[in-house]
Amino acid sequence: MRISLFITCYNDLLFPETGKSIVRLLERLGHTVEFPLEQTCCGQMHYNTGYQDEALPLMERFVQIFRDSEAVCIPSSSCVAMIRDHYPKMAASTGDQVLIRAVHELLPRVFEFSELLVNKLGLEDVGAYYPHRVTYHASCHSLRGLHLGDIPLRLLRKVRGLDLVELANIDRCCGFGGTFAVKNSDVSAAMLAEKMRDVENTGAEVCAAVDNSCLMHIQGGLHRQRTGIRTVHLAEILASTEEAVSA
Amino acid sequence: MPDNSRDAILTSIRSAIKGSQHSYDSQHPPIDRSYQRAGSLDRQKCLDLFAERLREYDADVVFTDSANIQNALSKIVGVDPSPAIVPWVVAEGLPSSWLPSSDSLLWESKATVDDLNQCSGVVTTCTAGIALTGTIVMQHGPGEGKRQTSLLPDRHLCIVQSSQVVETVPQAFSILAPAATRPLTFISGPSATADIEMTRIRGVHGPRYLHVIIVTT
Amino acid sequence: MTIRVGESASAPSFQKAALPLLDDSQLRKNVRHATEVIQRKRAIVSEEIPDWQALRSAASQIKQRTLLRLDEYLLQFEAACTAAGGHVHWASDAEEANRIITNLVRRQNANEVLKIKTMTSDETGLNHALEQAGIRPYETDLAELIVQLGKDRPSHIVVPALHKNRSQVREIFREQMNLPDLGDSPQDLTDAARRYLRERFLRVKTAIGGANFLIAETGGVCIVESEGNGRMCLTMPDTLILLAGIEKVIPTFQDLEVFLQLLPRSATGERMNPYNSIWTGVHPGDGPQNFHIVLLDNGRSPILADDEARQTLQCIRCGACLNTCPVYRQTGGHAYGSTYAGPIGAILTPQLQNLQHSQSLPYASSLCGACYEVCPVKINIPEVLIHLRGRVTREQQSSLKPEAVGMKVVASVFRNRRRLETAHRLAQIGQRPFVSRGWISKLPGELSAWTSVRDIRAIPGQSFRQWWKETHRDAR
Repeated sequence: MRISLFITCYNDLLFPETGKSIVRLLERLGHTVEFPLEQTCCGQMHYNTGYQDEALPLMERFVQIFRDSEAVCIPSSSCVAMIRDHYPKMAASTGDQVLIRAVHELLPRVFEFSELLVNKLGLEDVGAYYPHRVTYHASCHSLRGLHLGDIPLRLLRKVRGLDLVELANIDRCCGFGGTFAVKNSDVSAAMLAEKMRDVENTGAEVCAAVDNSCLMHIQGGLHRQRTGIRTVHLAEILASTEEAVSA
Repeated sequence: MPDNSRDAILTSIRSAIKGSQHSYDSQHPPIDRSYQRAGSLDRQKCLDLFAERLREYDADVVFTDSANIQNALSKIVGVDPSPAIVPWVVAEGLPSSWLPSSDSLLWESKATVDDLNQCSGVVTTCTAGIALTGTIVMQHGPGEGKRQTSLLPDRHLCIVQSSQVVETVPQAFSILAPAATRPLTFISGPSATADIEMTRIRGVHGPRYLHVIIVTT
Repeated sequence: MTIRVGESASAPSFQKAALPLLDDSQLRKNVRHATEVIQRKRAIVSEEIPDWQALRSAASQIKQRTLLRLDEYLLQFEAACTAAGGHVHWASDAEEANRIITNLVRRQNANEVLKIKTMTSDETGLNHALEQAGIRPYETDLAELIVQLGKDRPSHIVVPALHKNRSQVREIFREQMNLPDLGDSPQDLTDAARRYLRERFLRVKTAIGGANFLIAETGGVCIVESEGNGRMCLTMPDTLILLAGIEKVIPTFQDLEVFLQLLPRSATGERMNPYNSIWTGVHPGDGPQNFHIVLLDNGRSPILADDEARQTLQCIRCGACLNTCPVYRQTGGHAYGSTYAGPIGAILTPQLQNLQHSQSLPYASSLCGACYEVCPVKINIPEVLIHLRGRVTREQQSSLKPEAVGMKVVASVFRNRRRLETAHRLAQIGQRPFVSRGWISKLPGELSAWTSVRDIRAIPGQSFRQWWKETHRDAR
């Protein structure tokens, strides 16, 4: 399959390893990955912070770039939720029938990364090897926005060498919330403290998720506390193989 | 009498909904009431569920048949026959054949508010029972007493005919529809609160004890 | 018009108000405990019935339809209630509602009144207005009694004293009820409240309450409660006065079969709360013979015009969104500075005041979506929060806030690939003074809020697109 990668703005700059892992994994699975260089941002930050007018051209841009894609892979559930939940409404607000239709037709081809693997490609075992004790943080958007359920966990359970430990209060927000973490940083910090306690209680070396945004927040706290726990995007675990680990 | 605020509020509502009403109606089908209406349990299971759910609220539940109501009632009414206090009160219209042949009972019509406040308890019937929620519904007709009658006493003994027990809340509302403008009280266990540390405490201002006699036929 | 929502007009921002609360370990423990208990119970009783989602849908549809015919249903309610012997009053704002009620109480020559828990009366500041008129209100709900005697503010719409634990309640009761030997078990405290209020229930002849549902078809009112204080107030006094928001109306008696399943399970995690009372006007020989109801607008009707935010008025005040909210969990209700706390408060309070106050509330959420998931009438609270943020920023646009300027700059970068690639390079270079061994622990300006408690990994030397261009030579 020809898969277009929408890396998302923050992954592009801050978490390039996630993107590289997706390319390696999908190519290893025999697919062709495209990366349209014109892509920038889905508009989520602007939209959710109240700058909806600024988000509109970014939506149009996204639709323009990916309208002919066979499948769009996005390693960020909050960006996918932005696209699924808000693009139709945004398009409708313009009254532009062509745009409304384009959004409508594009949406079924937009997939969150783990969703693409399991629901679209029908895979659970991707041949990964990752010899670490790992806990999984379910981001709010993956859980309540995309209803991914146990999809990421099914992928993790098939990873060889991986010791998966359950995170308590898995449905509780880590306190990131985009600009919330800055605007209400004290409350956000209180939420983070609880999340870190749960992560530490698992005894895991690694906390994984399908959103680097939550992980940036959790990792920021874990590192400040010098806990020694790392955070890693699911794609990086799934891209890891025995050869790569021993190399 | 012209009521300016009335007009102002209605005008404000109308101007606010003007644009949206038509488009909403055309886009939305009638209300989907596909929730559970009918029951799915057989008679006995339904009655058992009713009793179980009532007991979960700390109600005291006994089954009896129509020939033994008097006996079942006597056992409860005789629980606390302290002579120093006002005896049990009986709601007007309750069949006297159910009552123990004791003159220590007080009919509602003779009872003052103080009597209700100090009596051992009150005996009433009801209109319906709801198994799924463990609820007794009263429409305060004959045998059920006025609203205050089943409120002020410390104990409420309610006699429920098994034929009055339905399984679901919608079934109860079908029964109640003709009585929609009567005073209705839904009672699910003794009065309770969890306002302090979420600890459920039975008996705040309403009766502290709820006794239910389910009469099978 | 003076729209008033509790003390929200003078309340500090959520960010500020949260600070002392975050430091109050006792309060946080109390809030955590209470919300966890209710959440657990709610989860059990909402999952045990197979038609929960169907009930939610029906409730949402009933409410949506009602709101778009609100004028008709209110008039229908008024006619039916009046025909049944009730008196219907209309109040445009809080002050008018308080005035109507105070005058009604005065007409009874009463100098004390019983009160059933009604958050709407906290919204209008009714108790204060009554006291100003020399009338003493007695709160009869246990939690409201705790709040009133403790000269406190409610922190939850269902369990207003949830921020207090047993020993704190004991201190209040000891002092205010003059019971030096009072124990601190919830049973002791509840018994004390029973004794304290019983005499008042029998003596005071006027009661004031709210309403959970107004039934247009019959003119009836439904009140949902647990303790029996509601039943006392609805049946023992001669005069009963209710204050209800205009959005409380539902079309038919049968509609209650939906709401009376959703509300108790959502609010307290019970299959049914101990008491529901439904009555219609005046019932000869049973209950108050003088019955008034005040229909309150106070900023509600303009909300109906907003297609995205109208759903706010579907709320049946179950409090489930508060209990599940991870933000409320940390701060409790006082941080919201309003009668209505938590997620629903964050959307309702600013809207009632046409966003003139409480502009920080739409931002008091991480948009985690837990509130929407539990809402029994399916109010998409995150969607409304985002919508209100849009209104707030548009109103502030002219003020040239640094945030607005920054957002515009970033947006312009995202509209152009070359600008984005330049920005990447600038960021990679510009961060250098802040980086130490691969991490940033201190950032300037607004971003310092991030690094006050968190580090952030330094921006890698190569962005993904730089890597792609390097490894995929044919890249466009």
